[in-house]
Amino acid sequence: MKRTLARIYVWLLLLLLYAPIIFIMVSSFTEARALGNWTGFSTGLYRSLFEGDMAGAHSLSMAFKNTIFIALVSAAAATALGTTAAIGIHNLRGRIRKSVKMANSVPMLNPDVITGVSLFLLFVFLGISQGYLTVILAHISFCTPYVVLNVMPKLRQMNPNLYEAALDLGASPIRATTKVVLPQLRPGMVSGFIMAFTMSLDDFAVTFFTRGTIGLETLSTYIYADARKGGLTPELRPLMTIIFLVILLLLAVISFKNRKNVNQI
Amino acid sequence: MKIKRNAWSIPYIVFLIIFVVFPLILVGIYALADADGNFTFANVARFFSDSDALSTLALSLDIAIETTALCLLIGYPVAWILANREFNHSGVTIVLFILPMWMNALIRTLATAQLFNMLGFTPGRGTLLAGMTYDFLPFMIYPIYNVLLKTDQSYCEAAADLGASPFKVFRKVVLPLSMPGVLSGVMMVFMPTVSTFAISEFLTNNKIKLFGTIIQENINSSMWNYGAALSLLMLIIIGITAFVATDERDTEEQGGSAV
Repeated sequence: MKRTLARIYVWLLLLLLYAPIIFIMVSSFTEARALGNWTGFSTGLYRSLFEGDMAGAHSLSMAFKNTIFIALVSAAAATALGTTAAIGIHNLRGRIRKSVKMANSVPMLNPDVITGVSLFLLFVFLGISQGYLTVILAHISFCTPYVVLNVMPKLRQMNPNLYEAALDLGASPIRATTKVVLPQLRPGMVSGFIMAFTMSLDDFAVTFFTRGTIGLETLSTYIYADARKGGLTPELRPLMTIIFLVILLLLAVISFKNRKNVNQI
Repeated sequence: MKIKRNAWSIPYIVFLIIFVVFPLILVGIYALADADGNFTFANVARFFSDSDALSTLALSLDIAIETTALCLLIGYPVAWILANREFNHSGVTIVLFILPMWMNALIRTLATAQLFNMLGFTPGRGTLLAGMTYDFLPFMIYPIYNVLLKTDQSYCEAAADLGASPFKVFRKVVLPLSMPGVLSGVMMVFMPTVSTFAISEFLTNNKIKLFGTIIQENINSSMWNYGAALSLLMLIIIGITAFVATDERDTEEQGGSAV
């Protein structure tokens, strides 16, 4: 009895949580302009998304490309910066270590609006004209902490003698790092990269404040502008459906691979 | 020769100073300056004499507290059920609760608003609370679930053996032990809800304005100094919340690394 009640509660909530997502997915298979109308089953939106023959589809595909480009560059940079930082922080002691870790947690605690406003003021103060570069720098700043957090535990689990042994056996510090340390950090780097990538992909507020006035749009800012105008470009429905499914697939593959690795050990 | 590996943190420290610490200081500087850069308290004073802004802040805090409370009320039982071996054996269900976050938050919120609209709810306070609870529920469930999962079951068994009723076991053992999870959950829901702007605009059809929206409007209409003053206020609220809620976690982390 208690079990049934618990199960009903959990599944009812899940149903509610997924309702908006299922709603988008279902309505991606009809051609109605407005979300929520059903004018019969059709894959027309998918076709026009890929062929780009509908009004607005060009700027949508531009926004999509911008989003992916910014997310890839920021996540890659954040992974490189965050991994070196994690190795450094791991070897820091005392008060410096504590303050660096505190500063590292600030971008994660800070609400997007504040991060956006503060970086906007920075770029205004420095006189840097805002565009791709400022958006990417902003994204690196809020993505890197997640990489650091994902790599640090791997460093803690690692046997510190391995690095020393490599040095004793004649490897240069750089070689010892790339051949001994980095391979052991790779799982942390991969999950850090993915987290950074999805954070960047999903970001709205920080991009909104740091993109300047050159007309740079990512999917989030595009959706915001679209919604303020009153109507959502219908092709967004299939596009968001595809992105969601691709990310799910990616996560499934990764968790499957992780499970295999665990089994091997 | 041993290379000092703690030097590897230097690039990131420089980066943090330029892109995290300094911008926050800039918020303070702009907040306390007029358009010509002279020191002034006028922006802060303006806020406290601006009854519109004051009531918006009060409303934002109110909505954020209510959303957090709703998430806690709905989310705690979920976390408890999922972490309880009697009800749930696999880790799949918790993943199902987190997956919705991988759908772009704006489009998810728009769909939620449209669903509410189709069900005949008028946009307003009710849809705002419901929609925000939707959006942030996973942030509450996950940390509580994690803490509950790690809780040693023998404590509960010991309490039960010593004659505590199931309710008493929960109130005296499970709940206090799960407080770190509750605190981080509360923080992870409260912080984004108190500062959100786009989500609240969508959910209420622009009827209800929250604090994040007036920050955005001021910055976008080039009222940087007043916008900065409002941001500074928000920053202080966030700082207090974070200070109250992170106290415990630091000691926990040190305990972990000492082993």
